[in-house]
Amino acid sequence: MIDFKGYEWVFWEGLQVTLAVGLSCIPVVVVMGLLGAWAKLSGNRVARSIGYTYTTIVRGVPELVLIIEIYYGLTEALQLLLSAASGGEILIDIDPFTAGTITLGLIYGAFATEVFRGAYLAVDRGQIEAARAFGMHEKLAFVRVVFPQMMRFAIPGLGNVWMVLIKATALMSVIQLPELMRMADVAARAVRMPFTFYFGAIVIYLAITVVSLYGLRHGEIWSNRGIRRA
Amino acid sequence: MPFSAIIDNLDRFAWGALLTIELTVISLAIGLVCAVPVGIGRLSRSPIIRWPIYAYMFVFRGTPLIAQLFLIYYGSGQFVPQLRAIGLWDGFFREPMFCALLALVLNTTAYTAEILRGAILGVPTGEIEAAKAFGMSRLLQLRRVVLPRAFRIGLPAYTNEVVFLFQATSLVSLITLLDLVGVARDVISDTFRAHQVWIFVGAVYCVISYLLFWLFGQLEYRWSAHLRARPGAAAKTGAAPATEAATAMIR
Amino acid sequence: MKKTIIASLVAAAALALVAGTAAADMKKVKIGTEGAYPPFNSIDPEGKLVGFDIDIANALCAAANFECEFVIQDWDGIIPALQAKKFDAIIASMSITDKRKEVVDFTDKYYNTPTHFIAAKGSGITEFTAESLDGKRIGLQGATIFEDFVRATFPKSEVVTYGTQDEANADLVSGRVDLVMADKIALDDGFLKTDAGACCEFVGADYTDEKWFGPGAGIAIRKGEGDLVDAFNAAIKKIREDGTYKKINDKYFAFDVYGEPAM
Repeated sequence: MIDFKGYEWVFWEGLQVTLAVGLSCIPVVVVMGLLGAWAKLSGNRVARSIGYTYTTIVRGVPELVLIIEIYYGLTEALQLLLSAASGGEILIDIDPFTAGTITLGLIYGAFATEVFRGAYLAVDRGQIEAARAFGMHEKLAFVRVVFPQMMRFAIPGLGNVWMVLIKATALMSVIQLPELMRMADVAARAVRMPFTFYFGAIVIYLAITVVSLYGLRHGEIWSNRGIRRA
Repeated sequence: MPFSAIIDNLDRFAWGALLTIELTVISLAIGLVCAVPVGIGRLSRSPIIRWPIYAYMFVFRGTPLIAQLFLIYYGSGQFVPQLRAIGLWDGFFREPMFCALLALVLNTTAYTAEILRGAILGVPTGEIEAAKAFGMSRLLQLRRVVLPRAFRIGLPAYTNEVVFLFQATSLVSLITLLDLVGVARDVISDTFRAHQVWIFVGAVYCVISYLLFWLFGQLEYRWSAHLRARPGAAAKTGAAPATEAATAMIR
Repeated sequence: MKKTIIASLVAAAALALVAGTAAADMKKVKIGTEGAYPPFNSIDPEGKLVGFDIDIANALCAAANFECEFVIQDWDGIIPALQAKKFDAIIASMSITDKRKEVVDFTDKYYNTPTHFIAAKGSGITEFTAESLDGKRIGLQGATIFEDFVRATFPKSEVVTYGTQDEANADLVSGRVDLVMADKIALDDGFLKTDAGACCEFVGADYTDEKWFGPGAGIAIRKGEGDLVDAFNAAIKKIREDGTYKKINDKYFAFDVYGEPAM
């Protein structure tokens, strides 16, 4: 069909890295999201302001700028911190994959914070009151009653975050992560066929989108199992 | 750290910010205008209109903006002779500015159309039925009832899109344009003061983003006046009982 | 949550410390390079780093008894990355300039080649003054000596900067820029001699003014690491004397790229 001049492999290699980064981000995003939501809903003023600062910065600064600054800044900051803490010289090398995962996780964790916050607030107060009436203390009520229901409300929002996240992995190309965009770039420059390779990359991103949408629809159906349709 | 790198290059940053704002405003304006027919078409009863529009929106919402940008800018370089033959090279695709605008417009139109679609679906059916009962044509319904209501409903989501687009213009620095981020990279390669510059640029984007949020918040407030209590409903100090009774009756 | 984060950070630090102290006899040195500047450094179809810079780096490491590892880094972030300790030395055809010397140290040069313009065939550009190039678009890789030179010498021309030399070349092919300036060899072997370069040719004369282009390409090293600088300098002398340099030189070029013996 189309002659990729021997560089077909870039699509497969790039796709693997893109998916790997996306999937590795999920735990980071969920953790940061829960942390952030907890902070913003907290009674503690310091926690609240940290939470708000976190989401404010991430919402206000473009991803490109955040990615570049965190990639260099994080390494230096960690090195400074650990060198100061241990008194010696610690060399941390954060490879692009880890840096990319942490960066995207931090950025989209802020988005997830809003999702979890909204999900928490959407849980019917009556449920919490009933749990208390049963004598459950707060932590137990949270684990048994609030959290599972929170997840039901959070799934659509988290699904949206995933859709945006997987596309944002394309920006990782600026920190030399060999994901799909970067690999398409390498091939395009090598054989001077930019349109062909970027078009191929677009087709693959579309495929990822289609599969994700399908999976998300099933995720939503599953998380709403047992709920009466209005 | 002394912000010398910033202060010495303030004029360059100003030009960069200007380009960023230019790109944002032009893309949003064209995008909004185009989104109306596209959003309406998406809800068309005829599949011949619906499907191509759905496909267009799916592609531009389902793929990264950076890929779209590179495809248009670098990709067009693969077809120079063909483009030259139809006169689209020298005036259009050759210029990074037009390539950037094309990508941004296509992208924001797709997202805005989707917002509009959701908003149109959210218009209370009662209002549309009332319009029909008045004998309004489809076009008149759209113009007088559906669209004004839809704009109000979609405003919060559109605010997000506006801020997103403003931040997304930073990607044009990757196709040689000297927007704020482009200037930032230039200044860094000159002065090697990466952290200063990025913190400064991040702050600028933050400030303008929140300015936009506030501006649109004001617009939302003005446009939802009909949903709030009438002025003077609460404060009744000094009003004569007679007038009070009269106004109470009218309400 | 917070405790787990601190715990894992401490664990990571401990791991790094242990890994660091378990060093072999050979000193580990990480070398940063761009991988987008053929024939000096580029990535072959298999994804491996190849080129003159790479071979020289390997030879120097052998001569200095270093265990070397390469790290690919985009050009405009290469000095910040060095300072962030992502690698310890830059061997990427980086020219020695006073401006760069303010933030990094350089070893002696390891090659020196002139600079030149290229343009599309039949462009008719024969004069190279600020006046004659008024309004012309000149494409360059950003953060290079070429950019500084062109901005100062041809203030009436429009300067367009790119992330890589390849992107500048590609836009010359498509006609988005009228001229491109870079290292003569990089333009020749890396572009004009390839299929894509058939459109274009050298124009004008060589530029070699040391004021702009420095004494040649050297190895950039963080300030305060004089030992590393000395080690590399000794290694450069060694491979020049024992013929390794000539072998690598001849593998890529038909002439001597070292240039006039400097210093």
